[in-house]
Amino acid sequence: MLDLIIIVGSLIICYFVGNHIEKNHYKDIQRREVALFKKRFVSFSKNTVNPAKVESSTLVSAGVVVGCDYFKFFVAGLKNIFGGNVSAYETVLDRGRREALLRMREQALALKADVVLNTKIETVILDPLGTSQNPKVSILAYGTAIKYVK
Amino acid sequence: MFLTNIESVPGRKITAVCGMVSGSTVRAKHAGKDFLAGFKNFFGGEIKGYTELLEESRNEATQRMVRQAHALKADAIINVRYATSAITVGAAEVYAYGTAVKLDEVVAKQV
Repeated sequence: MLDLIIIVGSLIICYFVGNHIEKNHYKDIQRREVALFKKRFVSFSKNTVNPAKVESSTLVSAGVVVGCDYFKFFVAGLKNIFGGNVSAYETVLDRGRREALLRMREQALALKADVVLNTKIETVILDPLGTSQNPKVSILAYGTAIKYVK
Repeated sequence: MFLTNIESVPGRKITAVCGMVSGSTVRAKHAGKDFLAGFKNFFGGEIKGYTELLEESRNEATQRMVRQAHALKADAIINVRYATSAITVGAAEVYAYGTAVKLDEVVAKQV
């Protein structure tokens, strides 16, 4: 009985705290994305417009590790039985990717770069072989920041 | 040392290829940080301790790769890639690799 109370109690706490953290994170991401919106930074192509006009090129990389809260982990476990979109995990990955990309773009901004070429996004689950903890995901975004001669 | 993840260093000419260089590292945080990260993981969100850990590993792997390139007397490493893998809970391997090349002396700047 006590076990059940602890589990249900922690699920309820995690639901509220996790939701609060996620909402704030999304707000923060949106604010920064709007701030960077007009600066065209990310490109997935490998080609510069004109190689002769390039002043400098630097490798920029930024990573983030996001975890999913216990409530989401629990819900995703239930969802897995019936199949379909596991939306609990989707938001975690979405947040991580956007955060990593934003950090990379902010680095490019700090270097006064004009474009980041050949942007790669790498996703790795940090819990090998399904250990009992809720999953953590490491997301890395990197590319070549190019600054053109003005 | 120039690092890029495209097939050239824009504005410079590649004169010779020195070969592939790589650097890898496995790092872990002390048990206290692991405990705090586990606690943080309970509520979700960014786990700063591990973000930091991977940042350090990436820097270390990059430095090792650059050291190799220096030994080959290369000027730049092109096509740099990163690969991350989780070894055990709380330890991650970061592997950085690329092609070390020599560049010409003059910076081509004809605008």
